Amino acid sequence: MSGRMSGASVDLRSKELLLEQTLADIVRFPPMNYEAVIGLEVHIQIKTKSKMFTRVAAGYGHDANTLTDPVVLALPGVLPVMNKAALDAIVKAGLLLGCDIAPVCKWDRKNYFYPDSPKNYQISQYDQPICLGGTVEIELPGAARNIQGEHKRIPLTRIHLEEDVGKLNHGASDSLIDYNRAGTPLMEVVSEPAMQTAEEAFAYLTALRMAMVYAGISDCDMEKGQLRCDANISVRPVGQTTLGTKVELKNLNSISFVRDGIAHEIKRQIGVLNAGGAIPQETRDYDGQTGASKSLRSKEMAHDYRYFPDPDLMPVKVDETWKARLRAECPELPFDKQRRFYERYQIPYTITAVLVPDQELSNFFEEVVKLTGAGLAQSVGNWVVNDLLRELGTAKIPLSASRIGPAHLAELVKLIDGGTLLNNAAKEVFSDMFQTGDLPTRVADRKGLMAETSTAELDQWCREAIAANPKSLADFKGGKESALNAFKGPVMKAAKGKANPKLVDETLRRLLAET
Amino acid sequence: MSTELFYQSIPSLATALEAGKLSSVELVRSVIDRTKAVEPKIKAFNSFDEEDALAQARESDVRRAAGRTRGAMDGIPIGIKDVIAVSGQPLTASSRMLANFISPYDATVTRKLKGAGAICWGRLNLDEFAMGSSTENSAFGPTSNPYALDCVPGGSSGGSAAAVAAGEAIVSLGSDTGGSIRQPAAFCNLVGLKPTYGLISRYGLIAFASSLDQIGPFARSVEDAAITLGVIAGHDPLDSTSYRTEVPDYRAALKTRTGPWRLGIPKEYFGEGLDSEVGRAVEKAIAHYQSIGCEVKDVSLPHTEYGVGVYYIIATAECSSNLARFDGVRYGHRSKDAKDAIDLYFKSRAEGFGAEVKRRIILGTYVLSSGYYDAYYLRAQKVRTLIRNDFLTAYREVDAIITPTAPTPAFRRGTKADPLAMYLCDIYTIGVNLAGLPGISVPCGFSADGRPIGMQLIGQPYHEAELLAIAHAYERAHEWGQRRPAL
Repeated sequence: MSGRMSGASVDLRSKELLLEQTLADIVRFPPMNYEAVIGLEVHIQIKTKSKMFTRVAAGYGHDANTLTDPVVLALPGVLPVMNKAALDAIVKAGLLLGCDIAPVCKWDRKNYFYPDSPKNYQISQYDQPICLGGTVEIELPGAARNIQGEHKRIPLTRIHLEEDVGKLNHGASDSLIDYNRAGTPLMEVVSEPAMQTAEEAFAYLTALRMAMVYAGISDCDMEKGQLRCDANISVRPVGQTTLGTKVELKNLNSISFVRDGIAHEIKRQIGVLNAGGAIPQETRDYDGQTGASKSLRSKEMAHDYRYFPDPDLMPVKVDETWKARLRAECPELPFDKQRRFYERYQIPYTITAVLVPDQELSNFFEEVVKLTGAGLAQSVGNWVVNDLLRELGTAKIPLSASRIGPAHLAELVKLIDGGTLLNNAAKEVFSDMFQTGDLPTRVADRKGLMAETSTAELDQWCREAIAANPKSLADFKGGKESALNAFKGPVMKAAKGKANPKLVDETLRRLLAET
Repeated sequence: MSTELFYQSIPSLATALEAGKLSSVELVRSVIDRTKAVEPKIKAFNSFDEEDALAQARESDVRRAAGRTRGAMDGIPIGIKDVIAVSGQPLTASSRMLANFISPYDATVTRKLKGAGAICWGRLNLDEFAMGSSTENSAFGPTSNPYALDCVPGGSSGGSAAAVAAGEAIVSLGSDTGGSIRQPAAFCNLVGLKPTYGLISRYGLIAFASSLDQIGPFARSVEDAAITLGVIAGHDPLDSTSYRTEVPDYRAALKTRTGPWRLGIPKEYFGEGLDSEVGRAVEKAIAHYQSIGCEVKDVSLPHTEYGVGVYYIIATAECSSNLARFDGVRYGHRSKDAKDAIDLYFKSRAEGFGAEVKRRIILGTYVLSSGYYDAYYLRAQKVRTLIRNDFLTAYREVDAIITPTAPTPAFRRGTKADPLAMYLCDIYTIGVNLAGLPGISVPCGFSADGRPIGMQLIGQPYHEAELLAIAHAYERAHEWGQRRPAL
């Protein structure tokens, strides 16, 4: 080939070379199937009256630096004193998630300089977290919205207790610090690197949040910073057992940013690897607005926190009696409730998926079922999820502000079941009692919506209907059961829709038998 | 000869006040006048607030006139080391870092003293952040020893010791992390008590080493120390390390507890480096105890030699973290020419802290660093346990232990430039802090050239009543403590 030295052949040869090079690249870097490995570190503010180590109130939305005292501001000479309510809350969280509770709550100092940390160390738990192990049960998205997805348990590494830091507000030429948040009890829930997809991470966070809200441990409002999430993400070729280099993704400050940020990071890492690059261990900052991330610091710049036991705080024993008391305060977990609603009342997923995430709503449902009996639970469920929620949504009020109590709905469902209230009438009664707070019987009486029960009048209408339709009479007598329906329309019409259909049915059969 | 007011004991002053022969205002005026007269020579105070002291004295007199007096300390001026918070008063730790800091709150001991009617008087000099043994490390200049003006008063509570010795306060409070009350007490011919760790609340005491720090009194007699201790002792909900225990009547114990006691002599405390005059004085004191029927036994504290090493790991580790809050962000010295937040830390701390403080912060940061923690801090904590066990083992056989307080009497200013030489001043006092025990220094003689000598009595945990009684049994048979400096 070297003999042909025309321009065209040179061109061809260079193309060949390019192809060879590309093929070589493909051999060296074959396009691979990658899988991601995700672990989450979730910080959750514990809802307590006072701060973690002092008596000043904890809260959100107050004027800057009003929730402070000498301890929060780390004035010379002050000392921390543990808030027992915060320890109660985290032990409860641990019991709820099946963690092992350490027999002793031990405190360590995590030393680092930053203006949001008044002492320039954070009181935290290093080598002996109060909760070890445990799992968070998650529900993955189903094939469709009304189909229940797969459930699985994400294992936890640990949960520990610490104090929150203040907040920096950066101006053009200076930065201001608000210490209101500083010292708020904070628990850090660390999962094992056991999730594979952004959807799993999303489901994990949703489930964790639901459990914490259920137990009254936190309101988990991400907008108020009550729940914050960092993700450790690595990718590896499918089949590889060792972990890839992890990247820590920070500032995932809404639940959808968590999903989007993780998805973006997985794509980015696979892209880097496919291009023959390597992933450096680093911390990246995700910007939810632009959907992009940038490097914050590399591993070399990682802090040496110089952890050591805090000499200002004595270890606190958590004994069996203490644990037993807290265990008694633990609520049923949402997914357990979902299963129970199905097993006990046969409430379908479409209803429980709405009912269960809302603790107040599911409690309301059970209050009503207590009054109606389990047999009417499905009907109760439908009314709560469809009608009650719609009315609440329209009125833009929470359930607690509603004028409809469990007794209202229970009576309504029983009236429908007894045939005294027809469906359309019941809808009208419901709307009315939502406005007035009157009980259904009263509304129905007031509005004349009760099904007709006077037998003399009904007998008369039925006789007329039978007499007016000899063909159907013959059909019925001839054994055609469905012919009965032909009489019902005229009867209902005569009753102006207020006849009890059960009663109509019975009366027609009685009279037909006599005819 | 009638003693000047400012040199009288708390019981005699209380009697005079109670009898109406003396007002607290008169007493405070006498102390103020004395302070003004001798302070140019002594320099015990970082600052004092005459008007504030007189206002407190007037309130005390009003209370007394109304029959609502609050006990033996009502109306008595007590000097406060400038690491203990008094609301509205400076709190400097003798550091440039806090030169302009005014405390907005009271320490628990301050609150208790005020509650007992005592008059918080002045801010007393110390080695910066209580780090030192001579009060030469103060950013505001050294304090002189009233008994030998060219000598140091000891440290770190040198101002607290010198003030009481010179009649600038009736009693005072100091803090003791490795000997900072007992060593200056020995140098200034005073009784100085370091209580059991946990007996006195540390809330409001600027932390040097949290697991070692303890507040305690300086006094010219065991009885005055006992009265002061009774006011400041007891559990505090604001300090998790304060212990829930009954506070006995320490003053009454001086009369009710009469021994004889079994006293231990640890040979490790009488070896090389001990000044011969100090050694002889302590031997004589031991002989006195034998003469009043006490059983004296040799005991061994085999891990003593590790004390100084362990101490300088634990104390510096804790201080490196405790002093992190002094960053120029919220209060204290802030460098004027910082470029950014990190630069603000660097410059403010570089300008605000003195050399010894920096040395200890660096040492402490090092021993806590990743990879060194196990070799230094963790091992030091283990040896600390061994040191405590040495003492507890000895207490199976004895009620208390007698040692010299310091290896030498007060030394001349500027003679211990080598930090290590200075660290060895605390060789006999450090073990007590590491073990969390109560220790008291009691005057037991003078050197030929007139410098005071103290002996240390070390007691069992929370046995301060016993310890004070043992000290009192010696004190009442000797006149060392009544010898005043020529000023």
